[in-house]
Amino acid sequence: MIVEGKVFKYGDSIDTDVIIPARYLNTSDPKELARYCMEDIDAAFAKRVEKGDIIVAGNNFGCGSSREHAPIAIKASGISCVIAKSYARIFYRNAFNIGLPILECAEAVDRIDEGEQLQVDFETGEIHNLTKNEKYKAQPFPEFIQKIINFGGLVEYVKHSLE
Amino acid sequence: MGMTMTQKIIAAHCGRSSVEAGEFVEIDLDMVLGNDITTPIAIREFEKMGAKKVYDQNKISIVLDHFTPNKDIKSAEQCKESRIFAKKHQIKHFYDVGQMGVEHALLPEKGIVAAGDTIIGADSHTCTYGALGAFSTGVGSTDMAAGMARGKFWLRVPGAIKVKLTGKPSKYVCGKDVILHLIGKIGVDGGLYKSLEFTGEGLNHLSMDDRFTIANMVVEAGAKNGIFPIDEKTLQYMTGRVDRAWVVYEADQDAVYEEEIEINLTTLRPTIAFPHLPENTRSIDDAGDVEIHQVVIGSCTNGRIEDMRAAAEILKGRKVSLDVRTIIIPATQEIYMQCIKEGLAEIFIEAGAVLSTPTCGPCLGGHMGIMAAGERTVATTNRNFVGRMGHVESEVYLASPSVAAASAITGKITNPETL
Ligand code: SF4
Repeated sequence: MIVEGKVFKYGDSIDTDVIIPARYLNTSDPKELARYCMEDIDAAFAKRVEKGDIIVAGNNFGCGSSREHAPIAIKASGISCVIAKSYARIFYRNAFNIGLPILECAEAVDRIDEGEQLQVDFETGEIHNLTKNEKYKAQPFPEFIQKIINFGGLVEYVKHSLE
Repeated sequence: MGMTMTQKIIAAHCGRSSVEAGEFVEIDLDMVLGNDITTPIAIREFEKMGAKKVYDQNKISIVLDHFTPNKDIKSAEQCKESRIFAKKHQIKHFYDVGQMGVEHALLPEKGIVAAGDTIIGADSHTCTYGALGAFSTGVGSTDMAAGMARGKFWLRVPGAIKVKLTGKPSKYVCGKDVILHLIGKIGVDGGLYKSLEFTGEGLNHLSMDDRFTIANMVVEAGAKNGIFPIDEKTLQYMTGRVDRAWVVYEADQDAVYEEEIEINLTTLRPTIAFPHLPENTRSIDDAGDVEIHQVVIGSCTNGRIEDMRAAAEILKGRKVSLDVRTIIIPATQEIYMQCIKEGLAEIFIEAGAVLSTPTCGPCLGGHMGIMAAGERTVATTNRNFVGRMGHVESEVYLASPSVAAASAITGKITNPETL
């Protein structure tokens, strides 16, 4: 699968509280959550984000509580994938489980700037910076993760395997 | 290439002769755990998956421990939902009020988890069972649902940090000081994705309760799991509790570790994590004058019988400060009963502490000891994040039961050696 979109760039240790503040956790409706996504760090995010866009961030993305609402809000906002230097462990799992593709690539994070246009190929792990005309290589998803992503998350994957 | 202990357990549970750090694999699960907060969400996901029955009713544990005995209507509803599910699917290891204890103290005590097992739990401190030589880790509710439906779990094989313990600890140094010191050294993301593998002759001086405390808090360094080799103490602990065969795995001689850290127990001092991160540690000698208002001794970190004994040793024949609310919570019914039999209960009450039925209670700011603005608690729990035990302007200091008990007497953070 290949996705394309413009970059929203953030720093290190973006925690689940800024991705989706606890005051909005009284709902688990993805559309509702998407309206408040990144609100405490980037108030304009929800208005500016378009389908396919990509978040690029530093180390330890998604640290803090284990709330699944965080990757759900990002996915529902239209973001097609996240590229970071590293992820907090439980966020990492939750992202794949709810069907949000995430990649690790320190080189890409260092080179990419806010607003640039990227094309990402999940099968090869290739990140193409269309603005700078550069290519970076992240680890492609292993076959198994690819399967979960293709099903749109763990719920559908399990549903299929139980049939 | 050689494998670590964790990698060997993972390989055996995905039918492979070897695995390497960084690989993604799907493993078979020996146990799936949930509590009264995470189980209701997992039940909904389980139903969305179209699952009609659980993969094995004997390999799921549901423990109602966080907001129990129920503190309000919402928590009662959550427990009710979990209870109905457990009855419907005839979950063997379902523990309700009267039987329940704090999950990570309860499962090993009941012999539900054992050496060589693979365990996931929708609770971040599920890593506790690494003390028994098992692979166990915390997950989200969707993972719990998938685990209940299929008995399988995907993961990335972790690389490892070897933590070598040497020397012999002095009287008031225990497992809590070892893990706080380690977190202070490597930081709250120092073990990210990795397994912390404990070794060294220093282990001979650490009891099973010490090891449970250490394994419990590896998640506070970001680690996927922590694990201990199996020795006489482990075997003795499991004998009579675990009524099935277990498997002993050992790290290969040529196992690959990304890093090696040594901790000398002989020179280790009682250690305290200051607000608001577990990595913010100081030796008791540098604690300074910190006035406190509350002490909590309990939780899945330090609510076991040795913790109760350590607290009682300090409190015996003494009175806690009238300015310190002292709350002692044995982690399980068995530990509670033991406190009565050994006369610890009497010591606590005579000292002016309250002795509570098992519950997570104040540890997560749930109930039974919530702080107001500006208040400080010395707690034997595992997290001191902003607002963890109440108001956002309250503070939690993490310490061992001996330090907590000594502090209850004087009303400020106190070295038990000085009493
Ligand atoms: S005692 Fe605290 S850390 Fe342990 S399971 Fe309960 S709430 Fe979580």
